[in-house]
Amino acid sequence: MNRKKRKQVIKIILSMIISLLAFLIKFESEKMKNGLLIIAYVIVGRDIVLKALRNIFKGKVLDENFLMTVATLGAFGIGEFPEAVAVMIFYQMGEFFQSYAVDKSRKSISNLMEIRPDYANVYRGEEIVKVDPNDINMDEIIVVKAGEKIPLDGVIIEGKSMLDTKALTGESIPRKVTVKDNVLSGCINQTGLLKIKVTKEFEESTVSKILDLVENASNRKAVAENFISKFARIYTPIVVIIALVLAILPPLILKETTFNTWCYRALSFLVVSCPCALVISIPLSFFGGIGAASKIGILIKGSNYLEALAKTEIIACDKTGTLTEGIFKVQKIETFGLNKNEILKMATLAESFSNHPISLSLKEAYGKKINEKLITITQEISGKGVLATIDGKQVLVGNEKLMKESKIKFTKSKEEGTLVYVAINKELAGIIVISDKIKEDAYEAIKQFKRNHVKKVVMLTGDHEQVSAQVAKSLHLDDYYAELLPQEKCEQVEKLMTEKSKNGKVIFVGDGINDAPVLALTDIGISMGGLGSDAAIEASDVVIMTDEPSKIAHAIQISRKTMRIVRQNIFFAITIKIGVLVLSALGLASMWASVFADVGVSILAILNALRLLKIKKIS
Amino acid sequence: MKQYQFKLMNLDCANCANKLERALEKIELIEKVKISFITQKLTFECQEKEKEKALETIRKIIKKEEPDIKLEED
Repeated sequence: MNRKKRKQVIKIILSMIISLLAFLIKFESEKMKNGLLIIAYVIVGRDIVLKALRNIFKGKVLDENFLMTVATLGAFGIGEFPEAVAVMIFYQMGEFFQSYAVDKSRKSISNLMEIRPDYANVYRGEEIVKVDPNDINMDEIIVVKAGEKIPLDGVIIEGKSMLDTKALTGESIPRKVTVKDNVLSGCINQTGLLKIKVTKEFEESTVSKILDLVENASNRKAVAENFISKFARIYTPIVVIIALVLAILPPLILKETTFNTWCYRALSFLVVSCPCALVISIPLSFFGGIGAASKIGILIKGSNYLEALAKTEIIACDKTGTLTEGIFKVQKIETFGLNKNEILKMATLAESFSNHPISLSLKEAYGKKINEKLITITQEISGKGVLATIDGKQVLVGNEKLMKESKIKFTKSKEEGTLVYVAINKELAGIIVISDKIKEDAYEAIKQFKRNHVKKVVMLTGDHEQVSAQVAKSLHLDDYYAELLPQEKCEQVEKLMTEKSKNGKVIFVGDGINDAPVLALTDIGISMGGLGSDAAIEASDVVIMTDEPSKIAHAIQISRKTMRIVRQNIFFAITIKIGVLVLSALGLASMWASVFADVGVSILAILNALRLLKIKKIS
Repeated sequence: MKQYQFKLMNLDCANCANKLERALEKIELIEKVKISFITQKLTFECQEKEKEKALETIRKIIKKEEPDIKLEED
């Protein structure tokens, strides 16, 4: 608590004690008691009254301070001394709690983003000096000890270690790094000492980019927020006008009523006339949601996108790299006699001079060093495969067409993926099945989408029909479109946009690099595996730092929870305020209820919004 | 146009933040004025050579609208 706040607390307590004394001590005259109450009022309310006076000269009449001053001085005017003092005490108390709660939530939000490095150890000449990361230039050498945060993006030139990327990705699995590896700022060096050559200045480093993105996310306001700020603009004038009417009209029209009764009711109105509860809790909720998402490696670029995510109806995914790992792997080897390793060896040797993805995956599966002496002649048959002589044997490696052309008898394999036929001495020896693997996490992701009432999950891909059909089937997708050119992807997405309901949203998920036009077309463009890729972060509205599609389901869950809290707060605050206004107009509620409707509601709404920060892991 | 960011100390009331944002939007020298109540930050864009002039106007308006708020370098 700072000095200003402590002073505030002392004032409130002092004022309460004096008011209590005014009631406990039996004074001979009412004047003494009222005198004490006035002293209590001055102690607690002086600031407000002074501010109000200052504002009048500036022509600002409808601000909080002015309204509270009029309400309390008005209460004195009609002889309601205790009420006047109580309203001021509770108002100040509420303001105090409110500012405490706001401070607290600001702090917990900034804790969420505590990835900003405070310093960097840099070589300046022979010495290592500790400096602000902002003062480091490109190509300087920094030293990161175990337990320290990597302050700037760079490449390791000495040392190896395990990195904790939790702050960036939300995943606590440590990553092994060694010389020549690129490292990102914000990761924590867990074990060894690292010397890093800086490749990006601080402002361009991953940490700055992420912080910037999350901090500025609240600048893109959601519809709910804009609604509330519009509501706030008309709310106060309307309540004040009704208060004026209430104070003047009924005493003139009705008989057997006093001016004081209606004045009291009007003053209660003034106490409720500040829209703060609403205005404060809505951006806080959105920021809480964005903060909670960033904690698990989901960057949402604006409150508007968080709001839109909650209305997800259709999800369109890219295939390679999004639902599948994007790495082609030997999945299976069928053999007709020879042993599997032998077939793999022959195929790898035959393809060893090629840089084709198929050849690369063969080499990876083979794993051993290639003995080039065994290979005597190789001939590439474009678009079909390779003919080679290995260890004196004639080896044909390639697709169906190659087998047909070479008049080799073969049976079609039922396996899905790219089929590589291997024939040795004009006889089919085996078939190697190469395909991209579906991510384990993708199965879970699709299940979660359905559980979160996403109506349709569609895959759009440039890959072959057969492979795509298989992926779509294994994942239980609602639909898929294969062999699409980039332009056709856009057309498909446009078609999907017409299928959604009026308020529903269409999401496209891709790697963010090749599909920038599609990302821009949909309501929300999500890029996956964005860690370290500026292009992906730039092109999309939501960035998933890891390559897990299930994070999208998490993002949807967080957005729904945020919107629930936003709606609760709007509903709760408006109902209580209107309820208290109606009751005060009828004379059924006292000024005490009004104070609750003003500050009490604010505090409750803030506490409700803070629930969002508690989201750790959503099941 | 260059983007600038400043910290608004003592920005304690969300409605005041909205009001102040609306008031600052009227300044002709600056564009894309945003106030984030949560992060207590003011961001805007203006021509580099007009920054000082813009800041002076911003300070004047803050003093008029919310005299408690202090503009500080971020």
